[in-house]
Amino acid sequence: MSQKPLLKVSHIDTFYGSIQALWNVSLEVEAQEIVALIGANGSGKSTLLDTISGLIRPAKGGIEFEGENISTLNPFQIVALGISHVPEGRRVFPNLSVLDNLILGSYNRASRPKKEQNLSIVYELFPVLEERKNQLAKTLSGGEQQMLALGRGLMSNPKLMLLDEMSLGLAPIVINNVYKALRKIREKGITLLFVEQNVRRSLEEADRACIMEAGRVVLSGDVADLREEEEVKKAYFGI
Amino acid sequence: MFLELFADLSTPIMMGILLGGLYALIALGLSLVFGVMKLINVAHGDLVLFSSYFAYAAMTTVGMDPVVSLVIGVPLLFAIGFAMQKYLLSRAFAISMEAPLIIAFGVSLILQNFQQIVWSPMSRGLTTSYTLASFGVGSIRVPLAYLLDFIAALVVMFFLREFLNRTYLGKAIHAASQDRRAAQLMGINTDRVYAFAFAISMATAALAGVFLGLTFPFTPQSGVSFLILAFGVVIIGGLGSMLGTFLGGMVLGLAQTLGGYFLGAAAQMLFAYAIVLFVLAVRPQGLFGR
Repeated sequence: MSQKPLLKVSHIDTFYGSIQALWNVSLEVEAQEIVALIGANGSGKSTLLDTISGLIRPAKGGIEFEGENISTLNPFQIVALGISHVPEGRRVFPNLSVLDNLILGSYNRASRPKKEQNLSIVYELFPVLEERKNQLAKTLSGGEQQMLALGRGLMSNPKLMLLDEMSLGLAPIVINNVYKALRKIREKGITLLFVEQNVRRSLEEADRACIMEAGRVVLSGDVADLREEEEVKKAYFGI
Repeated sequence: MFLELFADLSTPIMMGILLGGLYALIALGLSLVFGVMKLINVAHGDLVLFSSYFAYAAMTTVGMDPVVSLVIGVPLLFAIGFAMQKYLLSRAFAISMEAPLIIAFGVSLILQNFQQIVWSPMSRGLTTSYTLASFGVGSIRVPLAYLLDFIAALVVMFFLREFLNRTYLGKAIHAASQDRRAAQLMGINTDRVYAFAFAISMATAALAGVFLGLTFPFTPQSGVSFLILAFGVVIIGGLGSMLGTFLGGMVLGLAQTLGGYFLGAAAQMLFAYAIVLFVLAVRPQGLFGR
């Protein structure tokens, strides 16, 4: 393999209408890596994920995935290339069954033939989803819905998963389960870029982290180094 | 005395259920678009009538049976629906939620006037050898056209349900209606899914137009009255449920015929719409809605 990163975001600006949400943001993610995006509410973390998955188009800059420019593609084309975005707030389809939610994860043509195979992987990871496969998604607990959202994201055979605020609104014990699942997903060779409010948690789980502030990346590096950075300590650990 | 009353009631009950089939057939497509795109397609009635006139043209020019002409009519309206969503309504949706409503209203006016110019305001009907046929069930005479309406509605409802629940595209339509952004993240091309949903709605409108024409005479202005009826059906039945819409048709049909039986023919629609208002007041999600 070449030395090229799996995902390369270079100098992007993103706007919501006339309001600029991202300023000259660059980021690289190597294959098999876990990268955490850290920052306060409104710092642009979710916007960055939305821009990568094509929900919003950047006004400037480029996004390359496996060396191919994806910044002008639509979300459904980006999914087909192997990027799966698990959105903030889980966004499961409330009035569809758990099984139908999972099947929709394999909607793109490349993933359809592997539907059964991926279903068994998801059920192995989250046995509760198999037990509840015929229930409507809205009847699941918050933690189960998060597992459904993760499982649904896995159904498209991703090479890279974008995970937004997985632990929001979940009980600590459930959060532990979600992260346990995350480690298993990583063992399958899937690269992860995740947004997390809990900085301590992020620095424990990730290999590298990017810290964002007001729509800009202000700091990035290996988590071991970041933990020692004075700014990080002050801003996030209150030391 | 009571038994006699009941025997008399069997005619309006039977006719109400069968008539409800026609109402349901018209409303199924309206309900689908309403459920998926949150758009009240006010041109639905006129597009149904477009199909009636198409079948009329096929019958009077080349002598084609109206039901047979559906072989052309259904794909034609499917294509018109696909194009209308893809090239017209999708652009309006990008502006605001009200814009497509206004566009649909414009389409309705254009179609009404177009049909008036081509066909004159005169009343037309799809009169065939079997249009006026009837058969006996016990002591009741049932017009064949009413039975055909009911069967068509049942078949369309069944296929729509199976399609929406079993196929990838059907599930994608459900998904796009529940959460558009999440649907996009599943790799669903939501613009294409909307175009298919609208096209399918128009295909059912093609069927509705022919069976409407076999049952009642129509003029270029009939679209509006059938749109309002169909809207009543969707309100009674509940949003987004095909079975609910089907049953809603029965309820409205029964309200009309029973209202006519007890209050006189002049008051039958009054009674039917009073039922619609009643449902809106006590169960706004519809009798069979979630």
